[in-house]
Amino acid sequence: MSDKRVLIVGGGLAGLAAAMKACELGLEVDIFSMVHVKRSHSVCAQGGINGAVNTKGEGDSPYIHFVDTIKGGDFLADQPPVLSMCEAAPAVINMMDRLGVTFNRTPEGLLDFRRFGGTLHHRTAFAGASTGQQLLYSLDEQVRRWEAEGKVRKFENWEFTRLILDKDGKAVGIVAQDLSTMEFKSFPGFAVVLATGGPGLMFGKTTNSTINFGSATAAAYKQGVWYGNPEMVQIHPTGIPGSDKLRLISESARGEGGRVWVPRNKGDKRPWNEIPPAERYYFLEERYPLYGNLVPRDIASREIALICTKEGLGIGGRNAVYLDLTHRSEEYLLKKLGAILDIYEKFRGVDPKKVPMEIYPAYHYSMGGLYAGYETDETGRLLKNSPANQMTNIPGVYAIGEADHQYHGANRLGANSLMSCIFAGLVCGESVAALAANSKTAPAESSLLEKECKHEEEAYKKLLAQDGPENPFVIHKELGDAMSAFCLIERHNDELKQLQGMIDGFEARLKKASSLDKSGSGNMSAVFLRQLDGMITMAKAVVDAALLRDECRGAHSKPAFDNPAPSKETPIEDPAWTAYYEKFLAQTQTWLKTTVAKHDPSKSHPTIEYKEVDTRHLSPEPRDYTGVGKKAWKKFMDKRKAAEAKA
Amino acid sequence: MSKTVEVRIKRQDSPKSPAYWAEFAVAYEEGMNVISLLQAIRRDPKDKSGKTVAPVTWESSCLEEVCGACTMVINGQVRQACTALVDKLEQPVKLEPMSKFPVERDLRVNRQRIFDNLKKINAWVEVDGYHDLGPGPRQNPDDQTTTYKLSECMSCGCCMEVCPQFTDINDFIGAAVLGQARLFNMHPTGAMQMPARLDKVTGPGGIQDCGLAQQCVKACPKHIPLVETIGALQRDITLTQVLGALKK
Ligand SMILES: Cc1cc2nc3c(=O)[nH]c(=O)nc-3n(C[C@H](O)[C@H](O)[C@H](O)COP(=O)(O)OP(=O)(O)OC[C@H]3O[C@@H](n4cnc5c(N)ncnc54)[C@H](O)[C@@H]3O)c2cc1C
Ligand code: SF4
Ligand code: SF4
Ligand code: FES
Repeated sequence: MSDKRVLIVGGGLAGLAAAMKACELGLEVDIFSMVHVKRSHSVCAQGGINGAVNTKGEGDSPYIHFVDTIKGGDFLADQPPVLSMCEAAPAVINMMDRLGVTFNRTPEGLLDFRRFGGTLHHRTAFAGASTGQQLLYSLDEQVRRWEAEGKVRKFENWEFTRLILDKDGKAVGIVAQDLSTMEFKSFPGFAVVLATGGPGLMFGKTTNSTINFGSATAAAYKQGVWYGNPEMVQIHPTGIPGSDKLRLISESARGEGGRVWVPRNKGDKRPWNEIPPAERYYFLEERYPLYGNLVPRDIASREIALICTKEGLGIGGRNAVYLDLTHRSEEYLLKKLGAILDIYEKFRGVDPKKVPMEIYPAYHYSMGGLYAGYETDETGRLLKNSPANQMTNIPGVYAIGEADHQYHGANRLGANSLMSCIFAGLVCGESVAALAANSKTAPAESSLLEKECKHEEEAYKKLLAQDGPENPFVIHKELGDAMSAFCLIERHNDELKQLQGMIDGFEARLKKASSLDKSGSGNMSAVFLRQLDGMITMAKAVVDAALLRDECRGAHSKPAFDNPAPSKETPIEDPAWTAYYEKFLAQTQTWLKTTVAKHDPSKSHPTIEYKEVDTRHLSPEPRDYTGVGKKAWKKFMDKRKAAEAKA
Repeated sequence: MSKTVEVRIKRQDSPKSPAYWAEFAVAYEEGMNVISLLQAIRRDPKDKSGKTVAPVTWESSCLEEVCGACTMVINGQVRQACTALVDKLEQPVKLEPMSKFPVERDLRVNRQRIFDNLKKINAWVEVDGYHDLGPGPRQNPDDQTTTYKLSECMSCGCCMEVCPQFTDINDFIGAAVLGQARLFNMHPTGAMQMPARLDKVTGPGGIQDCGLAQQCVKACPKHIPLVETIGALQRDITLTQVLGALKK
């Protein structure tokens, strides 16, 4: 039966969903995770999970969810998987409810939904303010059920370090290291699913967990798995500055009425409660009347950062703005946002029910990830039970969850990640089952398994022996500071070039770093050399791709190449609109492409290529969150079509 | 001029080796917690006397007190390191690994026992399948308030660390796991599987080993009403036994 064993690396939402589905379909599963799966990064998600269940009578539908997601991602996502995800979303939420997730309820006992950024509908199911934790626990319980039946083996506190590929380049197993005994072992399997989450730690202090090294991604990438859209990383507008981590206040704080403001007058030193309403600048509400404080994340982040850095209006001249909930009753806030407001109070010692929070944008999420493919049916949806869905360019290697590049384009909508993780996990469970049914590959030969294990042991021995003057944790801090300063909120080509040089410098220093710890038990430092090497490898892909993409798209903001829309007061007849749309179309022509980074062992930097985006369901159009310009665009396109028809 | 934080750490190089104390002086920063102390140590791993030592090993993940990973004994009290703010701690800050679980290295322990116990008591809802079976059963919003609380348990082990009945020579499943039994008994579908679950809960190492010492509830960082929960579970058991007897 071991030829039916699938190896799932990662026990967050994506990995656990894949595991339970694969078990249901008759496979056996080995799960690997750096921590007990119940402690995976997914627990951090606070706000909720999206699905157009439409229980609020708002006329919401999966198709509108699809349109919001594609537009939110600035059209960079391939559309078939996104369409299938949005259509499946209500059923996924129902399934999670059946598994026992303690979702909030309406008085009638139905699931309750809230509003999140980038949409006008109540589409986000939530469980208190720890939705990710609650979803993860329910999946963890299901997997435990299969474990009790002997279908699942868990290798927790193990780190995946290498794919085992046969002579045809197909995956037949992995090598992993026990992080307590530091021993390596090879595991055979007919498919490998990488559900290893995001690579946030390359940005230093972020909203991510301390295990988000991206080291699994880096290992697979170095062995030939492509990486899609590395430059697309999301900043969360509402991070809480902290000494070890940037915690965040979920978008739901804005969903529940939170208002973002700064003192209207530069240099206003008064405490918040002495500033009268007229002298408070609710800049998101004033600049984006339709969406107000709920504009998509990239816009909110940029506005908040710029109002501090360029306009100098940050609180007390610092990099911080107010996120104010004090106009809501304490009882309401406790019920709706209890857990996340707790977090703020716990870490800042101030009660956000009484005093506005201070926030600033932080690195949060990677839209980019291992390049995952798909197969469509004749309607342009995912072909059910195709082994190609979620498979990377390497046969038998799959990518799901935040580790894949597939569902969010250039920018992810709030509460869409949890859905994409579970959905991709379920799809992947079906894919591997289909692969198992058709696969004729011979199981890995034991000599190959041994050889690959030896390879990793040798590499680790070398790391352990490293004894140079540099401290890898110091290098990491500098890497994070540099990435956050030059490659996050705004990108400028001169700075990115400078950053490339800095990263090469970190790489050189890493070779002169010490493992700090020679012990053969629970050695966090020697493995960190490997993890840091992975971060540097992936940072190069992020920076190189960012440097090449000369445009603004979604979270990737490069002001020198911006194509700003005319102000909303500009009359429809004004030629400014035509000029804007002409430039938009030219930019789409050049840049509406998926970045594909490929590792080339003979070069120190990645090879970057581009792939067409599958936009078969919805043609690209400029994003418009001001509510004006829609008419202007229609007029422009009508004229253009008429001209084309004539010609 | 620069302020320092004095830290004493109970270290252990491997599961079998003896424990020893090490002392560090870390430069103070505003807003520090125990995690940032440990991070500062590894960026400059020297003890108080200036001797270079191996960085300290500990476990962490979320840094938001939702994963339970970073649990350790801080100034004699078991809690999460990520929410232990230095400004609120007496110095020297004393860090020890949990004592009820085997130490793997320094502050990192092996808590597999918790997860094994969850497996023992069928801590899950048995559904028919993962395909689309429509909406789940309706649930009273008031019940959700209770189940959400129970479901916030992050398997950190604080309640077991303080429990006089939970020792390394017995196999008591501990308060958290009993709380999870209650959680699944309350779910409309989970309730259908209650008898099988309660069988396990009253088996070896089960609820009868609880001495109602009530230490657990004081230690739980998530304020889960554990003692009340154990009481409710007792009632479930009695009721199920009575119903079972009636059916016979
Ligand atoms: C603070 C915060 C709040 C968020 N809130 C929301 C929200 O409200 N809604 C929403 O939709 N999204 C939210 N997100 C995003 C969302 O939480 C994540 O994108 C999602 O949980 C990722 O899940 P995953 O299954 O892909 O990976 P993760 O949960 O990150 O799990 C990765 C797994 O891989 C394992 N792993 C990694 N590397 C290795 C290796 N080398 N070897 C072995 N195992 C490995 C880890 O141990 C872990 O088990 C939030 C994110 C953050 C940071
Ligand atoms: S009530 Fe006492 S004996 Fe029972 S679980 Fe809690 S601490 Fe342990
Ligand atoms: S019940 Fe509380 S103390 Fe016990 S494991 Fe759960 S969260 Fe921790
Ligand atoms: S690191 Fe998750 S609880 Fe502290």
